[in-house]
Amino acid sequence: MRGNAFEARVKADGGTELMRLLHERMGAGSPPPVPGEVLVPDLSAAGPEGRVARTALALREATGADGSPGLWTLLVHPLVALDVAGSPAYLEPDAVVVGPDGRWTVVEIKSFPMIDSSADPAKVGAAARQAAVYVLALERIAARTTGARVDHSVLLVCPRDFSNLPTASVVDVRKQLSVTRRQLTRLTRIEDLAAELPEGTSFDLERCSQAELTAAVDSVTAAYAPECLAACELAFHCRGRARSAGAVEALGRGVRGELGGLTTVGAVLAAARGESAPGTADDDPTVVALRRAAALRAEALRSLPEGAVAGCR
Amino acid sequence: MSLISTLARLEAVESGRAQPLATVCHRRLSDRPLVFVPLTTAGEAGAPLGALVGTDRGSPRLLTVAQPRDRDLRFAFLAELAETLLPHLDAYADDVEPAERSETDPETGKRVKVEVELCVDAPQLIVPNRPGVDFVRLLGRSMRFRRTAEQDPDTPYPAPARVPLLGRWLTHYGERARVPGSSLLLAATDLLNRHWATGQSNLEDQHLGALLAWIDPPDGGSGRDAALRAETDRDGRGQLRCPPAGPATDPAFDNRLLAPAIDEYDRARQFLGAAEDGPGADEQLGRLTRAEREIRALLESQLRPTWDAVWRGLDLLRELPEGARVADRWTRDRWSFTGHRDRVRSGEPPQPRHDDAVTAAQKLASRETAQQQLEAQEALDDPLVLAGRRLAGEAFIGEVTEVVMAYSESKRPSPRPLVTLYSEDTPQLGERTKVYRSLDGKPQSAEFVGWEPDGGGTLVVRLTDRMGRGREPAEGSLPEKGDVIAWTLFEHDQRGGPKLPSTEETPWTHGGPPAVEGRGPGAVPLPEARTPADGTPSAPPLPLPDPVTEDDFL
Ligand code: SF4
Repeated sequence: MRGNAFEARVKADGGTELMRLLHERMGAGSPPPVPGEVLVPDLSAAGPEGRVARTALALREATGADGSPGLWTLLVHPLVALDVAGSPAYLEPDAVVVGPDGRWTVVEIKSFPMIDSSADPAKVGAAARQAAVYVLALERIAARTTGARVDHSVLLVCPRDFSNLPTASVVDVRKQLSVTRRQLTRLTRIEDLAAELPEGTSFDLERCSQAELTAAVDSVTAAYAPECLAACELAFHCRGRARSAGAVEALGRGVRGELGGLTTVGAVLAAARGESAPGTADDDPTVVALRRAAALRAEALRSLPEGAVAGCR
Repeated sequence: MSLISTLARLEAVESGRAQPLATVCHRRLSDRPLVFVPLTTAGEAGAPLGALVGTDRGSPRLLTVAQPRDRDLRFAFLAELAETLLPHLDAYADDVEPAERSETDPETGKRVKVEVELCVDAPQLIVPNRPGVDFVRLLGRSMRFRRTAEQDPDTPYPAPARVPLLGRWLTHYGERARVPGSSLLLAATDLLNRHWATGQSNLEDQHLGALLAWIDPPDGGSGRDAALRAETDRDGRGQLRCPPAGPATDPAFDNRLLAPAIDEYDRARQFLGAAEDGPGADEQLGRLTRAEREIRALLESQLRPTWDAVWRGLDLLRELPEGARVADRWTRDRWSFTGHRDRVRSGEPPQPRHDDAVTAAQKLASRETAQQQLEAQEALDDPLVLAGRRLAGEAFIGEVTEVVMAYSESKRPSPRPLVTLYSEDTPQLGERTKVYRSLDGKPQSAEFVGWEPDGGGTLVVRLTDRMGRGREPAEGSLPEKGDVIAWTLFEHDQRGGPKLPSTEETPWTHGGPPAVEGRGPGAVPLPEARTPADGTPSAPPLPLPDPVTEDDFL
């Protein structure tokens, strides 16, 4: 695949090209890395815990905790851990660079092109969110390392125009950082979620029958929104459930916001037709606006000759 | 989204069928649209893989790239694409009518009218969806700075003859597609979504197959069920029955069918190379041909359903009559097409990589104007769109109950009649708010005078223009008792925008006047071959090409 070939090319020769780009874009004030003198520590170890420990050690050594700073270090595929809802998640950034001043910078290498110095904003956004999680995980280690500081900007490396020559841009991830931080603190701990489930519930794909799995999944409440479709394998399942419950969220979060206290398709349409819905007063502003909208819409459609609107024959 | 559209979506959920969002068609549909359904290669950042293209729904032209990593094969694809698209564009370029345009005279600085040509019609390009529009833009960008061997004999990988020109045209179409209300380059999904509300979210509406299923389910059954089938149904080989509308392909197709076929093609090429002209060569050539045919058949199986879906969508849209003001916007598209034709003919260089500050500001301002104009025109053309503006208090419908003559207090009094209206709407009218109605397609303005104190929906406005020059209003310029009139609080005809300096006078705050691309440092001197022998001035230098490497993707 193109992506792997590109990443290999960027990291080739002890990361010479990568280090040059990094220094050019964000190395102001630091001596340039000398090709061949950049340290590239071996991070291999047995098991994820071993690799995490090895990475932390390498970061500490590179930061000059022993009082001998001044070199550039490139960590290729380090492994870091982050506590998510009470259990560790292992994360593997493409690279982390430790500068002579003790600054740690996350490097993300992507295969989508940067054409005329700009890339697809949706893809850059996704890369920034991903990198922000790495920054968070690194900050936990940096907190225990003297002289260390994690950069809140990351280096995004992409192919330039239509070639496979690398080019880079600096992405400020402060906003993504605060969003991720907030989300992580708001997550319910996994034990607490598990405690809610009926005794004996299992999500074991190997051992459960389809019926058992469906029942297990259905016993968890889900907050489906159309954005799930691009992100989660259960999306069609959750969408089916949301649709059969008549949830207006299935049409989008924005739709939900427009409809005030009315949360089901049936309730909204009933209110629009002038029936009084349980739990909402007739003078509720949403109900009033809905009735007005329904009347205007019906009037406009009535003005048409019979059969003039295609698709609703 | 307005509450009226949301309501339409909910009605669609309840009925299982899409519901109308418009009563007329708000975009121009050409009699001979050129439909372009492209595919790209997974993992190759947009390398073309194949396309169906043409104006005849019964016989599209199939273009394929058997090995997308092979630059020669990609160039052959682009050359063929140029040979299909450019003649279509050319066919419109010489059918012209005389027109007038105002220009600034460079010597006197005055606005003067000049006689110019305007193409009678413009070629229209339709792609399946928004990523298709983006891909047109990407193709345009990748081709317009290429050099042919004729332009530059030393260029490392010379492009086929008409490829750079196609790049300029696709760039133009891609840029034009950013102008609200333009119809030169349209995505079928955008067209359908403008006119119907489905019972699914905006995100799901980007799936052409599912969208069509909601609007026009194949067996006349439930649109929702048909949409679900379009999203998920797979055949015995695990392939989607309704393949994605591209340019990206389905991973199951890539992995299970396409990858083995490309491998076989690569092997056949290797063997053919090894066999040279020995006895086995014929056999290997046969194998290569078969491998290539297999890839073409596979790609066609992915493209054809989308091709048919685009045309089906166009059929549905053609059942709606065209909005009255669509022709006005199409005229702007014709100007846009003619303008680019002129730039190409006069030998201007391709569009620059980055717009200079003034051009960028101009584009932004004109898109904003176009957006307001589109919103106004759609509301005037379509009672269903107007309903949304009425709900928002930006328009109202009123029945004339009385017209009382009155005059302005000037030396030469002009008519300023007071019109009393009865309306059930709730427009956001303040003191002397301007309101407009359409009189023979032109806006007539009035001023809000006040509500009648009885609170029963009676209001008075004072007409202020379009009644002729005399003391008495011109025939037909006054409403009459009993007329039911739509009034808007927004203007009907947005024009102009901020006056921007000329490019040469770009202020230093915006980077100063731009350097001409290709003439800056590093510009390549003109190759000898480009200077005509008869001593006429040579064309401007070409902008720099993009850097090329062994494994480019486009
Ligand atoms: S689709 Fe996935 S993310 Fe969305 S609600 Fe269901 S389980 Fe949660």
